[in-house]
Amino acid sequence: MRFESPDTIEQAIGLLNTCEGTSRVLAGGTDVLVQLRLALVEPELIVDIKHIAGMRDITAEDGGFRIGAAVSGAEMGEHADLVALWPGVVEAMELIGSTQVQGRATLAGNLCNASPAADSVPAMVAANAVATIVGPNGTRECPVADIPVSPSKTSLTKGEVITSIYLPARPDNSGDAYLRFIPRTEMDIAVSSAGVSLTINCDGVVTQARVSLGAVAPTVLVVEDASSAIIGTKLEDAAIATLQAACSAACNPIDDKRGTVEFRTKTAGVMAKRAALIAYSRAGGSK
Amino acid sequence: MSKIHVSTSINGDAVEYLCEPEETLLDVLRNRVGLTGAKEGCGSGDCGACSVALDGRLVCSCLVLAAEAEGKTVSTVEGIAEGENLHVLQQKLLDHAALQCGICTPGILIASKALLEKNPDPTETEVRYWLAGNLCRCTGYDKIIRAVMDAAAEMRGA
Ligand SMILES: Cc1cc2nc3c(=O)[nH]c(=O)nc-3n(C[C@H](O)[C@H](O)[C@H](O)COP(=O)(O)OP(=O)(O)OC[C@H]3O[C@@H](n4cnc5c(N)ncnc54)[C@H](O)[C@@H]3O)c2cc1C
Ligand code: FES
Ligand code: FES
Repeated sequence: MRFESPDTIEQAIGLLNTCEGTSRVLAGGTDVLVQLRLALVEPELIVDIKHIAGMRDITAEDGGFRIGAAVSGAEMGEHADLVALWPGVVEAMELIGSTQVQGRATLAGNLCNASPAADSVPAMVAANAVATIVGPNGTRECPVADIPVSPSKTSLTKGEVITSIYLPARPDNSGDAYLRFIPRTEMDIAVSSAGVSLTINCDGVVTQARVSLGAVAPTVLVVEDASSAIIGTKLEDAAIATLQAACSAACNPIDDKRGTVEFRTKTAGVMAKRAALIAYSRAGGSK
Repeated sequence: MSKIHVSTSINGDAVEYLCEPEETLLDVLRNRVGLTGAKEGCGSGDCGACSVALDGRLVCSCLVLAAEAEGKTVSTVEGIAEGENLHVLQQKLLDHAALQCGICTPGILIASKALLEKNPDPTETEVRYWLAGNLCRCTGYDKIIRAVMDAAAEMRGA
């Protein structure tokens, strides 16, 4: 195995693109090091991206925030303005692992590891987050929702690296939230999860909403029927019940030791319902 | 394969080592630098026995490649006491009998020191969540939590 820590993105892409065997980008390493240890992957090349300019920065941009691909969860949680704008995305990131894991884990790493249960992903998808990807053919932007394609597989092609993730500006009276079901209170992997982002008007009526689910299908799900169930409502009981049913109907989970199909299907709806209520109150709505 | 040359600072001392690309910081601390305070409980980020501070940030050294420490500062449990004088946290763990086998203790010390630097007046819940990644198979945690709360109170008073 070769270890490189280039100073520029061009060098990183060059290294990855010319490597004939398996290569891995290294951000926080909280997935990569575990995979190395278990010999799940034996890469020829590891490219540490943390020395590349901009990778460790959180930058305000057009009313939103651009988060460099090497920014850790701990750094996100310490950024008061980011937490104020996208509390649901930050809380999702902060659910990942322990304090120690938080010191290293990144949004982009969580996304590129492409676990169906990745915690930050449903929250980013609800937020309409967009990844900036640089590769041998230049730079492109891609919605976060289109990056995972199946468990452990992404739509990135050879030599491509995510350099940042953009969380957009949002209207006043917006809120987001993320919840997961785990059998314990800390240090576990989601059995089901939901991210909700919404905006309300001055009467408390939902004008925009986006609902996503994690751990209940091979990739993150966007549930359009759940957003349409609450748009135009004040999250009255009937609207919430429709959202919950739409979420459960969208699930296509597996059975494993963490949860049965039935349990995942049910709890996904419950997580979405509770996340919607939290997002609504963060948007300034009262019930 | 040629080894990687790394210059780093460990507990305030400039340290250089040669390592293999796949070696972890934990491996190098224990096997090459001779600092065996950080322990390997799991090697997969779950137990926290290998906790160190890397540029002041609490991390699991089993999840850091040794080559990544180039140009950084590493703090391990060996740097906590000042000469013969134990750190307040060390003394409080002893006073509260908050260790038995001691395997988790270096990690608990490094992690709780990082907590108190960030938050000198944590609630019990905050201490418990902060230390959720530091597993202890012996004490049942209660004594550890009490020792950390007591150390925090003493450090605030001092
Ligand atoms: C003890 C423990 C607990 C955990 N708990 C959780 C949890 O509760 N929820 C959860 O979702 N995850 C959890 N994880 C998994 C992991 O911490 C997260 O997935 C984390 O966000 C990964 O980020 P990283 O920066 O460490 O990724 P890395 O390990 O550096 O990389 C992960 C993958 O993404 C690729 N990659 C990284 N950055 C880029 C980039 N910029 N461009 C292209 N490819 C890239 C890497 O090559 C690798 O394949 C846990 C891990 C541990 C060890
Ligand atoms: S040995 Fe590093 S977390 Fe267990
Ligand atoms: S004292 Fe034995 S593991 Fe904590």
